[in-house]
Amino acid sequence: MFQAFNTFLIGITAGSIYALMAISIVLVWRSTRVVNFAQAGMALLSTYVGYEVIQQFDSYWLALPLAMISGALVAALIELVFMRLLLKHSSQGAIASIAPIIATLGLLGVIKAFIGFIWGNQDVNIESPLSNVGFSIGSQTLALSPMKLFILIAVSVLLISLTFVFQKTNLGLALRASAHAPEISRLSGIRVDFVRTFGWALAGAAGGAAGMLQTANGNGALAPDSLEFSLLLAFGFIAAVIGGLDSLLGAVVGALLLGLVLAFVLTYVGGSLVFIAAFLLLVGILIVRPAGIISQRAGRRA
Amino acid sequence: MHKFKSTNKSRFISFILLGVFLVYLGNAVDELRVYQGATVAMYVVAISSIILLTGYSGQVSLGHGALLAVGAYGAALLRNNFNAPVWLCFVGAVLFAAMWGALLGATAARLSGPYLAGTTLALAVGLPSIANQFTFLGGEQGLIFDIGLPPESLGEMFSQYKWFFWIASLAALISMWWLQNLLRSRYGRTWRAVRTQSVAAELAGIHIARTKILAFTISAGLAGLAGALLSMTISTVSPGAFPLTLSFALATGAVLSGINTLGGVIIGAVTLVAIPDIADAIAHRIGASENVMTNLPGLMVSALLILTVLFVPNGPVEQHRARKARHQAVLTSTKK
Amino acid sequence: MSLNVNNLTVHHGAIRAVDQVSLAVPTGKLAAIIGSNGAGKTTLLRTLSGLNKPTSGTMNWMGESIAGVKPENLVRRGISHVSEGKSVVPELTVRENLLLGAIWRKNSKEAKQSLDEVTTIFPRLGERIEQRSDTLSGGERQMLAIGRAIMAKPKLLLLDEPSLGLAPLVIEQIFQSIRDLTHTMRLTVLLVEQNAMGALKIADLGIVLNLGKVVAVDNAQALINDPAVRAAYLGY
Repeated sequence: MFQAFNTFLIGITAGSIYALMAISIVLVWRSTRVVNFAQAGMALLSTYVGYEVIQQFDSYWLALPLAMISGALVAALIELVFMRLLLKHSSQGAIASIAPIIATLGLLGVIKAFIGFIWGNQDVNIESPLSNVGFSIGSQTLALSPMKLFILIAVSVLLISLTFVFQKTNLGLALRASAHAPEISRLSGIRVDFVRTFGWALAGAAGGAAGMLQTANGNGALAPDSLEFSLLLAFGFIAAVIGGLDSLLGAVVGALLLGLVLAFVLTYVGGSLVFIAAFLLLVGILIVRPAGIISQRAGRRA
Repeated sequence: MHKFKSTNKSRFISFILLGVFLVYLGNAVDELRVYQGATVAMYVVAISSIILLTGYSGQVSLGHGALLAVGAYGAALLRNNFNAPVWLCFVGAVLFAAMWGALLGATAARLSGPYLAGTTLALAVGLPSIANQFTFLGGEQGLIFDIGLPPESLGEMFSQYKWFFWIASLAALISMWWLQNLLRSRYGRTWRAVRTQSVAAELAGIHIARTKILAFTISAGLAGLAGALLSMTISTVSPGAFPLTLSFALATGAVLSGINTLGGVIIGAVTLVAIPDIADAIAHRIGASENVMTNLPGLMVSALLILTVLFVPNGPVEQHRARKARHQAVLTSTKK
Repeated sequence: MSLNVNNLTVHHGAIRAVDQVSLAVPTGKLAAIIGSNGAGKTTLLRTLSGLNKPTSGTMNWMGESIAGVKPENLVRRGISHVSEGKSVVPELTVRENLLLGAIWRKNSKEAKQSLDEVTTIFPRLGERIEQRSDTLSGGERQMLAIGRAIMAKPKLLLLDEPSLGLAPLVIEQIFQSIRDLTHTMRLTVLLVEQNAMGALKIADLGIVLNLGKVVAVDNAQALINDPAVRAAYLGY
């Protein structure tokens, strides 16, 4: 019983970080209709910026917001330069549907190489600012440590803020409208291009947060090819797809679900089957709902 | 101008000639190049599987590495547990992978675009690590896949690597010839129809799901063959040999080759093998630091990928053909 | 003359969708643009609102050129375009769709005022103000689209086939509302319609397009009485 609860905690914590990554991917998808694999690369880059901040100022608490800001800036820059370029050269034929995906794959490689140039491929370390030791309840240790608690709180705060921006502000309305109906938004006087860039900036910030939290939640090791980031890339994307790429709520639900499933498989079945469990979960959901859990239209064509 | 029509027979002859050329090539270059040649042949098969699936049938797969793994493990298991002859191992790899491909294709038939990409990505991440769990699959170390020494009839000087090269090249030649025939047949046209005009195709009586699943199955079979070839060249099968980056590399190679024609497949294959060498040479020439040296190949491949997608999106072969066709059209229109 | 178009040509690929079109619409008047399918009416509107690029010719609004200006900036110059089809965002509520039109003004008090004005003109929208737009009927959606355009406090209103797909009774209501709006808000209106009779009946000025060219310009009543126009477009 206790183990089940602990597993639940582990799953929720991991899932909440994937939720940030999934949101990052959904934000970009909704505004630009592109699955951006480079998102994880940008998150990685932001985390390295956070690392540098820690080296300079020895403060994780300073590094976290700065990583998010740098994430926002990098994302906006990439949208302005790279995406506009891509859209201008949009192609026909077989490649048209996957060209953007492949291009972002290339961008991911470039970012990783760039990181390797500057910081090298060996692990660097980001120390978790809070204890990773679980709280004790009597003789048992809870799978909830101060750091994990912070992660849960931080993600919740970010999600609530994001929801507020989206639902209650004019900018949020503009973001939603531009994602659903760009032409109508233009004709309503909305600067759709700027709004799209802003959407990317939000995505970049979310990615930066995900990177920083993921590193602290793990063993603190940071490297271009680290397992943590491959997981963030893969699971963030998978969570977004499970939830339905068009829905931010779906991203969160999908990520939490994924986190829980992975945690339970890890604890009760075995470590190596964790990844295939992710696959089975994804397939299972897509069979029933081909466009994700929270999808408006059945079998939505991309 | 006399137009040279390529008939089946003439193409068959060109494949034979190509085979002969490869034999000479194998004898002419050094061991390293021969080994690389085997890898190139492997990539040719692997990339062609993506061209079939994505270029012709319009389904994107970011997880073909998993299908390569399936074929490789199938081949190794046949070899180790049943002492199967080498050719049978490869056939087994093809069939085994094709079977899983059919299953995957059936699941994927209803999905499109990013949803399909996500599913294949999950497979790429998930499948290879299964091997860690089961001892008969060799766990993390993996299994040995030893195809044995070259036959004595080829002489004492015939190296192991050259034997790899011969086998891989033969497999590549046979599968490319077969695939090219397939793509030129009614099947190829059907796949193209489904990709470009699926509604019209359906109205014309084409069974969309079945067509897609068939493409997936065949593509998987080819991938399985490539996987077996890959394992042959490194003599092992393990999860580590099929990382996510392999799947990405294959997608890259397919784009570099020109995603919807088979003609350019050698370009992508050679590029994938050549880039690390070229990058090394550049890095040494400019006396770069270790950081640069490790990451230069990745940077070059990625940059090349971006440039290709932007400027030569349908691949160099298609681009060339299109340019020739436009040129031809201009010529005929000015011939009033 | 607040809207002045001179020798405007717009291409669709190789085809001249709009071919040397010239027209002038006085301030505060409602001009109906009629013609059969493919006559270039929609392309004309889309070019005026900045969605399409003209090949040649000039477009002047209030004395200033509007060529090459982005749609979102033209809204700030007082031009609102309600495009063809149900031009609402289905996933948003009625309120959100309306507010969309006023966002750029950045004044929430004014926006609220405009919202009240619109719900007065179209009471049905007021009743459904918090509902998602995809639950509205065809006529209500058209009202919503027009309402949203009004929220931007335009001076020039471009309407593309508002009657499309609507029941006759609803069409009458819509046309009447358009007529009223033109007067009460002192708008200049360009009304593109295939429903030629309905459009001409509420219009001051009529322009007939065929294959991208202007074939007739006159005051609306004269066109209604013109036997050639009657035969071709009014069905009798």
